[in-house]
Amino acid sequence: MKPKHPLSPYLLLLPTAAFLAVFFLIPLLLAAKNSFFTWDLLTPPRYVGLRNYEVLVGSGELAGTLLRTLGYSAVVVALSGALGLALAVALDRPGPVYAFVRGAVFSAYVVSWVAVALLWMWILDAEGLFTAALRGVGLPTMSWLGDPRSALLALAAVSVWKITGYAMVIFLAGLQDIPRALHEAAALDGAGPWRRFRHVTWPLLRPSAAFVATTSLILSFQAFDVIRVMTQGGPVKATTLFVYAIYEHVFVNLRVGRASAMIVIFFSFLLLLTVLQLWALRAGAPREGRRPS
Amino acid sequence: MTAGQSGGARAGLFNSRSRRLASDAVLLVVAIVWLGPYAWMTITSLKTLPEITRAPAYPLPQAFQLGAYREVLQAVPVMRYFVNTVFMATAIALLQIALALPAGYALAKLRFVGRSAAFVLVLSCLLIPAQVTFVPVFTMLGSVGLVNTFGALILPFGVSALGTFLVRQALLSVPDEIIEAARMDGAGELRIIYLILGPMLRPTLSALFLFSFVFHYNDYFWPLVMTTDDQVRTLPLAIALLREQGTGVRWHLVMAGNVILSLPVLLVFAAAQRQILRAVTARI
Repeated sequence: MKPKHPLSPYLLLLPTAAFLAVFFLIPLLLAAKNSFFTWDLLTPPRYVGLRNYEVLVGSGELAGTLLRTLGYSAVVVALSGALGLALAVALDRPGPVYAFVRGAVFSAYVVSWVAVALLWMWILDAEGLFTAALRGVGLPTMSWLGDPRSALLALAAVSVWKITGYAMVIFLAGLQDIPRALHEAAALDGAGPWRRFRHVTWPLLRPSAAFVATTSLILSFQAFDVIRVMTQGGPVKATTLFVYAIYEHVFVNLRVGRASAMIVIFFSFLLLLTVLQLWALRAGAPREGRRPS
Repeated sequence: MTAGQSGGARAGLFNSRSRRLASDAVLLVVAIVWLGPYAWMTITSLKTLPEITRAPAYPLPQAFQLGAYREVLQAVPVMRYFVNTVFMATAIALLQIALALPAGYALAKLRFVGRSAAFVLVLSCLLIPAQVTFVPVFTMLGSVGLVNTFGALILPFGVSALGTFLVRQALLSVPDEIIEAARMDGAGELRIIYLILGPMLRPTLSALFLFSFVFHYNDYFWPLVMTTDDQVRTLPLAIALLREQGTGVRWHLVMAGNVILSLPVLLVFAAAQRQILRAVTARI
């Protein structure tokens, strides 16, 4: 439509543009600039060129943080996606019981990370329910959050519990779009449940799967709350993922320059993941278009 | 395919029975894995400290004690934190809607130079999470004296790129004739946006409000980074501190705090599940 006044679209967009500039774009540029300085927030910043990046790479901190973040994200994305898909297929039926159970699984996604983290700390505690249950059936147990070998895995498991409901909900929405007639036709052709899933459901769910995988990858890359509450990055840095490392540099070590270099690298990875997301969605989505008519 | 008609019919019968069995098994697992922790949280919150020390994993409280709740309410000004949190989350959600409507309207309905560039700009801000901007925003807000105020908690989230996008999408399906008719009647653009289109977008806006409210009510990261002052701190921070303070972890207090923190969100969710799901499953 033609605007009533030639300037009105710009005026209507002005507040949004101003907020986005002040709180998204300028901070991003400032972080890029700060990454070339050392700054402890107290004394004036000092230009050091690429020194911050060199230290991050040279000390192995970058590689370690990246590896841990990728490992955590891989476990979270794979398990929550697979579980979410299984639950969606199993719970995609009418009736109040199923509706309640779907709601129960999804409710974990709605409750705060703080509550979830505290709850699971108590369950995983040396005196907690999980340990007691393992002991009850005679299985060995360990300090899940206190041992560097298991701490990151424990956090990943808690995160899977938290976000499986998200994956489930997206898959349920995808299932709803599959015409019932397709299933009936496949059943008439004698296809069993597994083959119907394999040849009817799954191909049509691929866009949902691409969406779930990439969004939860980006989400788990930004993990912070669960780490801050449950392990504070420990033991011996075993759970120091990207955002927690940045937080620690600023608020514990007062190294804004180092943190900013980390932010620039972190943001580059997020960009990469987004490109991956667009690619995955495109690869998954236009299957109908390619289908012979 | 060699399976004939009768094979297909048999497969169908078998399917529905085995599927029901499988579904029942899933129901049981889900009940244990997802409802169990909630139950355990509530049970622990109703116990007393000696009870927990004596038999930490005993499934039932001896008597339903509300002592833990009383103690949490005494130790922490829960009401003030709760009011702070609700105020912050409501303000953010309302501000996002107030700003998303005009921007979404311009992007969806008006023809102007630079429209697609503006749209791409909004979408690209979806890529930049708070976890990337918090350091520069913290120093910027510090230099204008806004750290430790509600301004620092609310303003950075004033515009939601996702919200703007959702409003634009919803407006695309509103016929232009409605706007033209309103213009004929002499209504100004702001009047059209807020008083005519706003009410028409109620499903989208309420989904946006609820989603944003729940997200910011729960948020831990931003209030943790931006505040040190109790006067503006929020409930998740206070509850997380229940575990950190003092000697030994008193799990009945922590779980009571957890119930206080999550109950409002669970109630909102139970009442408005459909709207929240709308925002969550919205795809870009």
